[in-house]
Amino acid sequence: MGELAIELKGIDKSFGLVHANKDINLKVRKGTIHGIIGENGAGKSTLMSILYGFYQADRGEILVDGRAISIRDPNAAIAAGIGMVHQHFMLVENFTVLENVMLGAEDSWILNAGITKARAELKRLEKEYALEVDPDAVIEELPVGLQQRVEILKALYRKADILILDEPTGVLTPAEADHLFRILEQLKAQGKTVILITHKLREIMAITDEVSVMRRGEMVATRETDKTSVEELAELMVGRRVLLRVEKGAAHPGDVKLSVKNLTVRDGRGVTMVDDVSLDLRAGEIVGIAGVAGNGQSELLEAIAGIRRAVSGRVELNGRAIDVTGHADPAELRQRGLAHVPEDRHHVGLVLKFEESENAILGYHDDPKYRKGFILDVDAIRADAEEKIQKYDIRPPNARLKTANFSGGNQQKIVLAREMERGPDVLIIGQPTRGVDVGAIEFIHKRIIEMRDQGKAVLLVSVELDEIRALSDRILVMFAGRVVGERAPDASEGELGLLMAGVEGPKEAAQ
Amino acid sequence: MSTPYAKLPGWVEYGLIPLVNLLVAFAVAGLVVLLVGESPLEAAYHMINGAFGRGEYIGFTLYYATTFIFTGLAVAVAFHAGLFNIGGEGQAYVAGIGVALACLWLDRLMPWYVVFPIAILGAALFGAAWAFLPGWLQAKRGSHIVITTIMFNFIAASLMNYMLNRVMKPLGSMSLETRTFDAGGQLPKLDWLMAMFGLSVGTSPFNVTFLLALAAAFGVWVLIWRTKLGYEMRTMGHSPQAARYAGIKEARIIVITMMISGALAGMMALNPIMGETYRMQLDFVQGAGFVGIAVALMGRSHPAGIIPAAILFGVLYQGGAEIAFEMPSISRDMIVIIQGLVILFAGALEHMFRPAITRAVLAFSGRGRTDAAVKGA
Repeated sequence: MGELAIELKGIDKSFGLVHANKDINLKVRKGTIHGIIGENGAGKSTLMSILYGFYQADRGEILVDGRAISIRDPNAAIAAGIGMVHQHFMLVENFTVLENVMLGAEDSWILNAGITKARAELKRLEKEYALEVDPDAVIEELPVGLQQRVEILKALYRKADILILDEPTGVLTPAEADHLFRILEQLKAQGKTVILITHKLREIMAITDEVSVMRRGEMVATRETDKTSVEELAELMVGRRVLLRVEKGAAHPGDVKLSVKNLTVRDGRGVTMVDDVSLDLRAGEIVGIAGVAGNGQSELLEAIAGIRRAVSGRVELNGRAIDVTGHADPAELRQRGLAHVPEDRHHVGLVLKFEESENAILGYHDDPKYRKGFILDVDAIRADAEEKIQKYDIRPPNARLKTANFSGGNQQKIVLAREMERGPDVLIIGQPTRGVDVGAIEFIHKRIIEMRDQGKAVLLVSVELDEIRALSDRILVMFAGRVVGERAPDASEGELGLLMAGVEGPKEAAQ
Repeated sequence: MSTPYAKLPGWVEYGLIPLVNLLVAFAVAGLVVLLVGESPLEAAYHMINGAFGRGEYIGFTLYYATTFIFTGLAVAVAFHAGLFNIGGEGQAYVAGIGVALACLWLDRLMPWYVVFPIAILGAALFGAAWAFLPGWLQAKRGSHIVITTIMFNFIAASLMNYMLNRVMKPLGSMSLETRTFDAGGQLPKLDWLMAMFGLSVGTSPFNVTFLLALAAAFGVWVLIWRTKLGYEMRTMGHSPQAARYAGIKEARIIVITMMISGALAGMMALNPIMGETYRMQLDFVQGAGFVGIAVALMGRSHPAGIIPAAILFGVLYQGGAEIAFEMPSISRDMIVIIQGLVILFAGALEHMFRPAITRAVLAFSGRGRTDAAVKGA
């Protein structure tokens, strides 16, 4: 065993009643890529936040390069050579790359000297690690993959020897993710240590040297990556055997339930987000829309659901038009049999400050069965919520608990229970398993297939290509607002990846 | 990356933290009193004695509290829908017209219990109307409610100036007020309520409007937590996106919420006009609309918090007047400083002591839990 870059001894941290980290021991060897996996709420982020100085551990020791140090804030972490790339980038959008890299490390109140130095240093870093970015590009004009590179550059500029990446591939195309992995390999080759936090088992297998598994605040195992398997890791994470791929039979498509013709949607700034999209969705089939986040899938869903106005186009639900360019009313669409699981459950699908039972009626609160005259029938509402909690195994089973206190997976189940239990004809789902743990993913996937088998029409948007391929009966790929191709679910990942990156798309469109 | 969220027990959240904030506010106020060379203890004595020392004083305290309950509820209702109604002052002022019209019209014909409901309607109607325009402008034109309601306070002041100068003042009178109402325009005092506690209202204007205020507080609770409208308001207040997703009509909710808020602010006018002076005077609102903001903040926009907060401000008003009377070197302005400090610590700096208190409470309860676990094992 080589030298240790980081050693954690007996780290313990509680937040009130939540015991987030229980007596964690971790050894990360110098010059390796070390993966940390675990379900949401397993304590990965808390542990890394302690390492980066956002939180202080209640007990325990942190050793960097064999020396015990106290990390009271991120500045102390940076001084100890620890850099972090956050899941949500911490960049100033309207600053250039150079300005972002310098930010907080300007050396003096006159910028000139600092700029010259930073420019030289950036050149060197780019050469050394193959991290090409134009230093004068403005952040908001860069694709996410490059923005992430800027985050890495920021850490390296601050002389980080240990780099923590928190769920780095969530926003990347497969090709961008591959490029990121090459960068990480390069960093490793130069002697840097990388800690990769993820819930994607495939990434762990592809790139790490060692992997540590967390479950419910405990470090349950550390394995050498080439001596373990995806199945073993999944079992360690969840604590039981999990089906990684859902079983499903053949689809039996029926009548067209939802028809979209030449739909065009622009965002607030007038940028075309959905460009002349047409598609048909039949009863008893799941149509998946693949694409890198930000290519118009969100806007497409919102326009169909009546919460974003389209510029032009025609949408029919059960043969009757939806006024997508005018005053489509989401409440009316629900009555007509359209259910919508929105992509952003925290801000759209749920009101986090509400009790669980209050969220269980969101959008259906007009139903007379929840009311006695003017007054809400709280008993009926809670009874209804309890029923759904039972059926969808929502934990903790408490209809009066604030929604914010449920885990991501259970929050998503609250939304799914609400939308599915109404028996809609058409179900449109955005990111069904984003931020959801492995155990719940299995459950959610099963439910979605059940809906299909009951003859419902399901339109599925996800940035997880695996998910799209596992669930869909047909796959449409969106790039830059257009549907650039349709493939069968057995299409290769490479083929879909190229479509998603727009490589093949424009050619096809030109023909 | 989710930040684990520590939930505090109710008595800490709603009892201990506000109390600590309040004590700090008073401590700093005491320093200010010390600064002008007076004894803080003496001031505290006069404050407490002036607010509670006699039945009459309590009557005054509760009379002020009545006013603040209305304006506090008005701010709270709007706040639940994510709207910051700063126009309570103007809404209450204009609502005075509604009250005065009902009284001027009927005070010689009908007894108070007939005039009162009509005056309530008048107050609510005029208050709601004055809040309707800012609400409509926000809903349809996107004009920010904070700006428009502030503007409407000034417009209300000018309008009322005109009304009292040119329209509602009796001919030949020099003072800017309506004529004094007869018996039908005078609300009975709550002497029976005070008598139950062996106290007397004395000359204080503590009147039946207080009961209306309590009823309004209950009504607001029902509205916010037990009706579909309240549900939609809260959804919008917490997350406008979720409201749109749920098919809630934003514009409609904004307008209705503002009108309810304006109606509540408007009902405040009943208290001074029919309960104290028996006429409408220039500037009868006297800043109560703004105090309502502080009351709603302190009371966490919940009726059960607004009532005690309103009483606290009643104490500050009544006890403060007593300090100014008994201690000549402390002027009315000093009282405003104390009120400002209370608002600062209880409202604006509400989170200042929270982290420390949270840590202390959790450390304490954490120990308790471990003990229990040991016993359990």
